[in-house]
Amino acid sequence: MRTPQTPPSRRGLTVLLVALVIALAVVPLFLHPGSEFGGADGQAEGAIAETAPDYQPWFSPLWAPPGGETESLLFALQAAIGAGFIGYFFGVKRGQHKGAQ
Amino acid sequence: MKRKTLVNALGCTLALVLLQISIADARPLQMHIMEGFLPLGWAIFWFAVAIPFWVIGFRRIRALLAEKPETRLLLGLAGAFTFVLSALKIPSVTGSSSHPTGTGLGAILFGPAAMSILGTIVLLFQALLLAHGGLTTLGANAVSMAIAGPLVAWAIWRGLQGRLPEGWVVFLAAALANLATYVVTATQLALAYPDPAGGFLASLAKFGAIFAVTQIPLAISEGILTVLIFNALRSSAPAELTALGMKGA
Repeated sequence: MRTPQTPPSRRGLTVLLVALVIALAVVPLFLHPGSEFGGADGQAEGAIAETAPDYQPWFSPLWAPPGGETESLLFALQAAIGAGFIGYFFGVKRGQHKGAQ
Repeated sequence: MKRKTLVNALGCTLALVLLQISIADARPLQMHIMEGFLPLGWAIFWFAVAIPFWVIGFRRIRALLAEKPETRLLLGLAGAFTFVLSALKIPSVTGSSSHPTGTGLGAILFGPAAMSILGTIVLLFQALLLAHGGLTTLGANAVSMAIAGPLVAWAIWRGLQGRLPEGWVVFLAAALANLATYVVTATQLALAYPDPAGGFLASLAKFGAIFAVTQIPLAISEGILTVLIFNALRSSAPAELTALGMKGA
């Protein structure tokens, strides 16, 4: 059985990688102080309208969130379900490992 | 034979990536094609492309659960990872946001066919509850996010494993899967909406050029996040990785 202990060098790498991911998301916020960082959803529609001005979407979503607040609720829910399961997985693995010892 | 087809597909994708980078124009694009925004013919075409992968994927997952039931939880983890990552809209250097896909991990662990099912489940969730993507465009969106991305990740994993340190291979597989997803989306839109004057290529430039800028930092983030979770699996779930035929670290 392998030990679950992470060697110090690897722990340093983990911290560095986490810091990099955070930096990649945070630095752009300071590069564009005026921007709202909108999702590009509407802009793609614009690009289609430019290329094919006569196109009419022939099907619309069966249901759409009534507004931005509900939409962000559902996005948060999606992330929470996923993150919850990831936490559960590593918890189970940790428990199994401890049980085996 | 099958491998040859995959290599060809990868070659085409790489050629497209290079094409993207050589074109300079800026037009942000969302990752999934919106509901009703693909003409009927193209919508059907992309479903036809996706269905064989779904059939193989279903069989793969059923066989996997029958033969290696101990990997069931890990399969859930791969799905959960995609679930989280595709909900995170991260700011990028161009001043707009986009999100990672998280499909590289599942493709490395379970292969592209199984990942096509997991990715499609996430797309369905977003189409039904978030009006993000759509049912008529599900085939096309599955081909880009749940099939092309995982194929690229899997091919890189298979091709580079043992030649580079494992962390780098995981990073490249996940990062390039993310880029491939966006390149395929742009290609799908360009095919459906060729530019009246410049045709397919001009349209591809319009729909796709932003990838070179917006998407690269996100692809890097996705690569790093996948390395982090893969390292955690290496230390927490070595038995499952061995059951899946992964060589020891």
